Amino acid sequence: MGRLKSPGEVTKFRQEILSKRDSNTPCISVCVGTGCLASGASEVLAAFKTEIAKQGLNAEVDTKGTGCPGFCERGPVVVIYPEEICYLQVTPGDVPEIITRTIKEKKVVDRLLYVDPNSGEKVTHESEIPFYKHQKRNVIGNNIKIDSQSIDDYLAVGGYSALVKALTQMTDEQVLAEVKKSNLRGRGGGGFPAGRKWEGSRKAPEKIKYVLVNADEGDPGAFMDRALLEGNPHSVLEGLVIGAYAVGSHQGYVYVRQEYPLAVKNINLAIQQAEEYGFLGENILGTGFDFTVKVHKGAGAFVCGESTALMTALEGRVGEPRPKYIRSNIRGLWNRPTVLNNVETWANVPLIIDKGADWFTRLGTEGSKGTKIFSLVGKITNTGLVEVPMGITLKDIIYKIGGGIPGGKKFKAVQTGGPSGGCIPGELLDLPVDFDELTKAGSMMGSGGMIVMDEDTCMVDVARYFIHFLTDESCGKCLPCREGLRQMDRILTHITEGKGKEGDIAILEELSETAVEASLCALGKTAPNPFLSTIRYFRDEYEAHIKEKRCPALSCKALISYYIDPDKCQACMICLKKCPVEAIDGGKKKIHIINQEKCTRCGTCIEVCPTRFGAVKKISGEPVPSPIPEEERMIDRKVKKNE
Amino acid sequence: MDSDRIDRIIDRHQGEPSSLIQILLDIQGENHWLPREALERVGERLQVPISRIQHIATFYKAFSLVPKGRHEVHICMGTACHVRGARRILDTAQDLTGIKPGETDLEMKFSLETVNCLGCCALGPVMEIDGKTHGKLSPAGTLDVLKSYE
Repeated sequence: MGRLKSPGEVTKFRQEILSKRDSNTPCISVCVGTGCLASGASEVLAAFKTEIAKQGLNAEVDTKGTGCPGFCERGPVVVIYPEEICYLQVTPGDVPEIITRTIKEKKVVDRLLYVDPNSGEKVTHESEIPFYKHQKRNVIGNNIKIDSQSIDDYLAVGGYSALVKALTQMTDEQVLAEVKKSNLRGRGGGGFPAGRKWEGSRKAPEKIKYVLVNADEGDPGAFMDRALLEGNPHSVLEGLVIGAYAVGSHQGYVYVRQEYPLAVKNINLAIQQAEEYGFLGENILGTGFDFTVKVHKGAGAFVCGESTALMTALEGRVGEPRPKYIRSNIRGLWNRPTVLNNVETWANVPLIIDKGADWFTRLGTEGSKGTKIFSLVGKITNTGLVEVPMGITLKDIIYKIGGGIPGGKKFKAVQTGGPSGGCIPGELLDLPVDFDELTKAGSMMGSGGMIVMDEDTCMVDVARYFIHFLTDESCGKCLPCREGLRQMDRILTHITEGKGKEGDIAILEELSETAVEASLCALGKTAPNPFLSTIRYFRDEYEAHIKEKRCPALSCKALISYYIDPDKCQACMICLKKCPVEAIDGGKKKIHIINQEKCTRCGTCIEVCPTRFGAVKKISGEPVPSPIPEEERMIDRKVKKNE
Repeated sequence: MDSDRIDRIIDRHQGEPSSLIQILLDIQGENHWLPREALERVGERLQVPISRIQHIATFYKAFSLVPKGRHEVHICMGTACHVRGARRILDTAQDLTGIKPGETDLEMKFSLETVNCLGCCALGPVMEIDGKTHGKLSPAGTLDVLKSYE
């Protein structure tokens, strides 16, 4: 395949691809994103290939390793086209049955379908599963439809048509105007309008300009950018080339974390394919526009997600931020105008150009248009990636899509915005998801991590966790962040260990104020948020830790004890055998007692104690009841007494 | 690590000083740690002072200046794993191996590291050993997994 030299050649080639494909040929799509791979997806895909060959169906069935469709909870996910039958938690052992029943006999394998937990009904088609039904999958929707390593697949679903349109039917000014009109805001955290950022660079006098993809997705619990880069890398590239055209840039970089090896591999492959086909390189599609892209692997520093730090890292130095007296779209990488947008932002650009700004603004709220991908994780029934229109309420995301909290537990808070975001309590669940509304509630949109917490999660510990994370990731350049966070981490750790004192909260508030006011970059300025939002909504938990030495969520190790209720213990020996430190004393028919000195509070006993006994208890803020006398520990005696 | 291999890596990046991080990443990837001689060779070829290379090698988390054990254990401390009890998994692993995050045991069997999110949140809490993911772990399960490595 040589370079495509004109829009006509692209159209012709696309038709060629489509004409070779029969939409009635069954195609088995297996998600091979990182989440499903961890659940064994590559073995499943290999089993399909072997089984198809074994049954001599090579010519009649296609297989595809696709990107992440988001339903990680039930991985490995398999979708069979054209019927769109969705099988979940597929193992290699299920494969022969799927081939025989579904492919040959055109019947559905019932036991692999999604079962609606409320109605008990089985759901055959992907789009009817409640997890998907309430989503609006404009950006991530193609992930399951295309082989993530095939440019032909991307072309077959209409890929690169936006690029053709931008380069041949629109001037660079029109492209910029369209993106400005769409009011696309940065999906990486800041929410800055992309069009305005582009315009700044475009107008800057310097001739050489750069466009960058920020794929340094460091927020723990957030993986939507990875899913896009792994699953549909061409959509990000297409957006980037369109942006470069609008800005007048001829060199782009993708800054991607080395911790995402599959994303690195797929984006490199995509660049190579796009170069081969003539969507990158010199004289793209015969329009005279030149543009090349290089991949730069990030070496593991959270702060490099910050724009100026990312640019310093790209220059081959230590990723420390600089003050932004001059914005980086005017003076960025190598002091030249640089547009940096997040993966998801770039992936939205082809949609806006293809379908128009008016189409894009139909979804969303006044200030936040379009859709946003969230990674819904933590104490939630359906862990996974969800793409929803802006303005949907948190309640709808957590209950309608996420399926609520597992194990009959009570919802406590949802943490949005990554480490610098905040916790939103139950009473604000009707809040619409929108850049400005979340900020008003003391949290932020951030890159789209959404961590659900239930009654077992201690909010002081959550604040400590995030502040500790940020202390670790602080680059150390400015003092309020480096030293202030360290002190906050120390005080919060003390509180969770039961060593908190009166006045700690006031000191934490003071340190927060200083960090917010005086830190150099966004990391430091927003770092106190986890504390500020939890103290705003959960002050009583802080006070219980400090004054009563009690952890209301029964989570802080130093403040809890495990205790076996002698009335409920059936002396079954399960906890005794499973205890990793041999802290449980007892025997057959002899009621078990935990040796509090030896106990490491790992919680194994409570997990293994059969629920019908429920003998192990967690207690906090009160002394452990003293063990029953030795002579009363034999179970026979107890049975008699009960009679 | 011999200097031929280092030179090949440097040549792949056309010897530009701006590629310093990429070169170090490749060396780390092939050799699992950055020996002193490797850093010196890179500095010599790229005309970059060793102090700057040290600055980078100690700043970024991907680099190790000490050799690694036979099995690299990564325990995910991402938020989703944290709320599902990652701390207990880490405590268990520390107790069994006798080492803390960032350390390698004397027999060079295990190197223990914490990571901030492996992105398999549905499987949390997660531990990754030599690239293989072990999910939905309990402290007891963690012991079983670790004991299965030689």
